Amino acid sequence: MTGFLIPALLLGVSVLALGRRVDVYSALLDGGRSGLELVKSILPALVMLLTAVELLRVSGAADALTRLLAPIAAPLGLPPETLPLVLIRPLSGSAALAVGAELMASHGPDSPVGRTAAIMLGSTETTFYTVSVYFSAAGIRKTRYAVPAALIADLTGFLAASLTAKWM
Amino acid sequence: MIDPAVPKGAGNGGVPAPFGTHLPASARISFPERKVLQMVMSYVWSFLLALCLFCALLTGAPDLGQAAMAGAARAVELGLGLTGSLVLWSGFGTLLERSGLQRGLARLLSPLLGRLFPTARRDPETMGALCGNVTANLLGLGSAATPLGIRAVRRMQALAQTETATDEMCRLIVMNTASIQLLPTTVAALRGQLGAAAPFDILPAVWLTSALSVTAGLTAAAALRRWWA
Repeated sequence: MTGFLIPALLLGVSVLALGRRVDVYSALLDGGRSGLELVKSILPALVMLLTAVELLRVSGAADALTRLLAPIAAPLGLPPETLPLVLIRPLSGSAALAVGAELMASHGPDSPVGRTAAIMLGSTETTFYTVSVYFSAAGIRKTRYAVPAALIADLTGFLAASLTAKWM
Repeated sequence: MIDPAVPKGAGNGGVPAPFGTHLPASARISFPERKVLQMVMSYVWSFLLALCLFCALLTGAPDLGQAAMAGAARAVELGLGLTGSLVLWSGFGTLLERSGLQRGLARLLSPLLGRLFPTARRDPETMGALCGNVTANLLGLGSAATPLGIRAVRRMQALAQTETATDEMCRLIVMNTASIQLLPTTVAALRGQLGAAAPFDILPAVWLTSALSVTAGLTAAAALRRWWA
């Protein structure tokens, strides 16, 4: 089903755009160029963070951390391996990508842990960064309940991710 | 506080520009808060390295120098592996913008969003930026979503004349931090790169999870409002 979804989506939007006399191919190339810029901008952070992640794994710190966090994760129904991802996700997008990639690589992308990590990454955002960008750009000093409400949304997302990974 | 790096016309009172990425990259502004966040990452980084060394000393782990080099090399492998998908989907995103589909979706969602933002609805400029922000997020156009969201919050701030976040600002923030995305392309690319059988088969789970977290966030916002006068 999803095997046809992506090419059908590409075709559908292309035909629709053609019908409106849009230069489809130029749009694809221009957008592609900005995608390349995106890769260039996140690559250094990815290198630093995957270096740290690999050190954590080899030194045994990752195992120790997982064992330490297991008593917190278990009552929440979260796989303990995903807790580092939960902790870093609201702070840094590239760090979350690095941790998520490591989880998917070591447990397998189709394993329960790998799927949970993927769903967590796909359904949450870099909360603290987003809040600070929007509010400081608008000159808002008192943010009231924005941060707690956003964190409740994040927590719900993380908990739901482990459930939907099991059921769907 | 208006950052000088932001071009004129981008903020309140400026010419209402149409949707899309008309704001230059400099609209992503260097905030003091951003520096604070980077400092947090500096502490996280240093703490993690200290933790690694400590554990390695206790367990007598194998060569950490080798692990560091391997990790760095793997990052490039991963980054290059993701490049193809990211380029493809960025191209698709620009096509969505230029074909007018994003604008169409924004118009479609505008009545629904008007209910969530009754004050913003009365000002076409706020509403335009707000609907553009939500649809850009839905379609995964991150680079278009941020400037539009900033424009919406600025306009709300200019109309409300306050340094305190309004309820509608908080609502918009929650909708942005809860990440409602129809096609989580980066994660799918990552899954594909790491050998998943069907990289996009997480879509229904991601949709349901996002819907739950947005609902929880908006409910929490409505409940918490009473404690913050």
